[in-house]
Amino acid sequence: MNTIETLKKFIVDNFLFGQSGKLNENTHLFEKGIVDSTGVLELASFIEENFNIKINDEELVLDNFSSLNAMDKFLQSKNIQVTSN
Amino acid sequence: MNFTMDSIYLNANVETERLVAALKDTVAFKLKKRGAVVGVSGGIDSSIVLALCAKTFGPDKVLAIMMPERDSSPESKELATLLCEKFKVPYILEDITDAVHGFGCYARRDEAVKRVFPEYDPKTYKMKIVLKDDKEAKGKLNLFYLTIIAPDGTVKSQRLPLAEYLQIVAASNFKQRSRTNMLYYHAEAKNYAVIGTGNKNEHEQGFFVKYGDGGADVKPIAHLFKTQVFQLAEFLGVPEEIRKRTPTTDTYSAEQTQEEFFYKMPFEVMDRIWDGWEKGVASDVIAKVINVPQAQVDVTINDIRQKIQTTEYLRQEPFSLG
Repeated sequence: MNTIETLKKFIVDNFLFGQSGKLNENTHLFEKGIVDSTGVLELASFIEENFNIKINDEELVLDNFSSLNAMDKFLQSKNIQVTSN
Repeated sequence: MNFTMDSIYLNANVETERLVAALKDTVAFKLKKRGAVVGVSGGIDSSIVLALCAKTFGPDKVLAIMMPERDSSPESKELATLLCEKFKVPYILEDITDAVHGFGCYARRDEAVKRVFPEYDPKTYKMKIVLKDDKEAKGKLNLFYLTIIAPDGTVKSQRLPLAEYLQIVAASNFKQRSRTNMLYYHAEAKNYAVIGTGNKNEHEQGFFVKYGDGGADVKPIAHLFKTQVFQLAEFLGVPEEIRKRTPTTDTYSAEQTQEEFFYKMPFEVMDRIWDGWEKGVASDVIAKVINVPQAQVDVTINDIRQKIQTTEYLRQEPFSLG
């Protein structure tokens, strides 16, 4: 799976109870009510563990977590190579 | 509209008379209760609610309950007593330390704190959780940090991992929920109503515990900005010692203002930005009037909007699916 597919699977499985139709690459996760501040913590924990990186405090900004595309762009900026299966 | 620094202020006399009439009507006809129970903390919000209730029902039909626990500041009890004596309202002291200890509040919280900072000793250290501010207006997300203070004053702070954040908050919420239990005990024993003390900032941004301090029969100041609460407090004659006190959470062992715990900026700035936004004033106009950068205004509006949106479930009744 690529980065977006990995993140999408995590969100669909854990936040949406399998409702994959509710989420595409540009869905605004906050405006659509999918993710709240607790959800960001869950996402950050998942990303750190799954991609084996450390997210710095200053990187925890809305722009980096607002959608699947935004997270993909953020991870690319950290030169993350897809390692997930 | 002509938006100014004073736009947020109410006609205190008119608003007070309106609230007195509405409170009397609601408790008599909708709730059919014979008086009011108010939890008093020595803070500004519970103080104006107590003052309003004394004015509405008469002091002899109001009962104030103080509910400190072992992490509460001693000043809270002193100020609450001063308040009750000022308005001649009878009061009862209910120390809830044993009750929340029975729930495992302190042990569950401290276990999570120790997972982050193994050196933490609740007997000698103090702790609190805080939201980091966003003075650089970069749109930081609302994430909590754990701070511990060692006996020698050394401070350590770290972003809270998910499991520890959830456990600390869940354990601490035993305090607010235990207080609501106690309020309803006294209310039911006297056939009184429980009068909530949350203001607009708390109610709409979700700075309360569901079925804890969010639990009440009527919430008379849930529409008032904190700035307006201060205005009414002066009008109603709340003692100056209470009005001058910095609003605190009084929940964790380390001293903590509401600003550092949750709101991230002074009320006098946040409330005016929020008020302007609600009235449809453009952010560049708000910025000019209150003399802050427009970027800060925009970030604040986004932060408020985000908090309102993500805490909607706190204000909802249980869903019926029938």
